[in-house]
Amino acid sequence: MKILVPVKRVVDYNVKVRVRSDGSGVDIANVKMSMNPFDEIAVEEAVRLKEAGVATEVVAVSCGLAQCQETLRAAMAIGADRGTLVESDTELQPLAVAKLLKAVCDKEQPQMVICGKQAIDDDANQTGQMLAALMNWPQATFASKVALADGVTTVTREIDGGLETLEIRLPAVVTTDLRLNEPRYATLPNIMKAKKKPLDILKPEELGVDVRPRLTTLKVTEPPQRSAGERVADVAQLVDKLKNVAKVI
Amino acid sequence: MSILVIAEHDNQTLKGSTLITIAAAVAIGGDIDVLVAGHDCTAAVEACAKVAGVSRVKVADAPHYAAQGAENLAALVVAQAAGYTHVLSPATTFGKNFMPRVAALLDVAQISDIVAVQAPDTFVRPIYAGNALATVRSEDAVKVITVRTTAFEAAAEGGPAPVETVEAAADLGLARLVRRELTKSERPELAGARIIVSGGRGLGSGENYHAQLEPLADVLGAALGASRAAVDAGYVPNDYQVGQTGKIVAPELYVAIGISGAIQHLAGMKDSKVIVAINKDPEAPIFQVADYGLVADLFQAVPELTSALR
Ligand SMILES: Cc1cc2nc3c(=O)[nH]c(=O)nc-3n(C[C@H](O)[C@H](O)[C@H](O)COP(=O)(O)OP(=O)(O)OC[C@H]3O[C@@H](n4cnc5c(N)ncnc54)[C@H](O)[C@@H]3O)c2cc1C
Ligand SMILES: Nc1ncnc2c1ncn2[C@@H]1O[C@H](COP(=O)(O)O)[C@@H](O)[C@H]1O
Repeated sequence: MKILVPVKRVVDYNVKVRVRSDGSGVDIANVKMSMNPFDEIAVEEAVRLKEAGVATEVVAVSCGLAQCQETLRAAMAIGADRGTLVESDTELQPLAVAKLLKAVCDKEQPQMVICGKQAIDDDANQTGQMLAALMNWPQATFASKVALADGVTTVTREIDGGLETLEIRLPAVVTTDLRLNEPRYATLPNIMKAKKKPLDILKPEELGVDVRPRLTTLKVTEPPQRSAGERVADVAQLVDKLKNVAKVI
Repeated sequence: MSILVIAEHDNQTLKGSTLITIAAAVAIGGDIDVLVAGHDCTAAVEACAKVAGVSRVKVADAPHYAAQGAENLAALVVAQAAGYTHVLSPATTFGKNFMPRVAALLDVAQISDIVAVQAPDTFVRPIYAGNALATVRSEDAVKVITVRTTAFEAAAEGGPAPVETVEAAADLGLARLVRRELTKSERPELAGARIIVSGGRGLGSGENYHAQLEPLADVLGAALGASRAAVDAGYVPNDYQVGQTGKIVAPELYVAIGISGAIQHLAGMKDSKVIVAINKDPEAPIFQVADYGLVADLFQAVPELTSALR
């Protein structure tokens, strides 16, 4: 079974982004970029399925700038076998990415696609579900457990009220939640090995996909800032403030 | 304008998130129809008909909507979407799950997690864990939108709106619900709670979490929440997680105990009206957003606070 893992290059989760003063966006020049954390979890899961003998090949796919090659190398250092970059300078919105991934799926014919549940830059939480719809495949989003046995795929999902377990037909899209696994650190030898793994580059035009954005960002602003309030000396003072000043209890 | 709201419900009760989504629809303006897809869902339908601003309730009742799986639900919504300018659902795990499928099948973008309506085609949504707010305009014929449930005031009672039955779409049979393990609690739900007591890794263990925070939550009538670290460490179930990738909450009072205040956590609670932080580290970033900060060992401060409030 072949597994495809879409990986997005995003601002590292430790960076607190700054909004540009002209409202045109956030400043990402000279900011550390990394693989979207949920996608690391996705790569890890796919690699574990390969190590368990369930999957035969893990292909990482990234859509975006030429620098996404670094993200693909990071996926290969975790254990993906090869990478595909769909290179584009256009701002790629989730629907466009889903269409590109569909085109790649049509070529690669994977049995499973494991996406992150959400990219931590756009916080969209859309791409995996959109891809599943375009493929007319089932989906299991926000997965905290994936089990394949006797031709049955069972996925436990984190939902607002607790957990839900689904049985899905393959091929399918799974999206990862935080508790699915803890991604390994790539070792130096594996980082070196990753440099030699195959990486091919495609263009949206070759795939016949129109990637023009559907949403126009008119402006990006700072959210209202909360200022630090006051330090209270002890519990008695805290209770007094809550009762008599804030009047919330 | 003509808006279709997809109701979140469990066949019996209508979720508060639906009332908030209807309020966002009112902010857009126009006729508002609500689609209730479920099975034996009369109670939810009746509740829906009694919400102010609703023109019509459409009901699709079939066994394959009982669990509201994304595949069947999205196909139904697409079959019902003709003539609507907007399709809305809450940005809860319910709406996040199926709405992008609706958007893709309609070949339109989805606008996730809106916090404000500026015009029928222009919306504000947080990006980068709420560190920036983007104002976006959609060029698409149909706007598919999920609504952040802390951003609008729930629609009031009104109606009654007329109810009509719509035809169920075919069962796609792509997925099957095996079971749901819902966390049972006598406490208020996190979403919509007036007061939340939330604990982090500082509690050290599940036993400590319960021993320290439950008595406090009891005296305050509060819901319980947690940081990702507390959930990952198994102190509490996943549905307690507050944050960028957990639940977004905005109670009147949020008490953060043994939580450092990482940006991903702040993203989920910084719109709370009053924030209290109890942390032994005076440099903890949570103090930068707290209205009242108490630098103390929680194992002393929390029992003291609980008895002071009794
Ligand atoms: C992709 C991604 C998504 C994430 N999503 C979320 C999310 O949705 N929600 C979320 O919360 N996090 C999220 N995180 C994790 C986040 O970055 C932090 O790691 C997490 O919030 C830390 O939890 P914490 O504050 O409980 O733990 P820590 O950062 O370890 O803080 C523990 C705090 O307890 C204090 N403490 C310890 N002992 C005591 C004591 N005896 N008395 C008083 N204080 C004490 C310490 O001083 C410290 O400040 C996410 C991370 C990633 C990468
Ligand atoms: N440009 C991209 N390249 C590859 N994968 C992507 C890209 N954008 C989104 N994805 C995948 O879709 C998931 C959800 O992203 P989003 O819908 O943007 O929140 C991510 O975690 C990735 O797995």
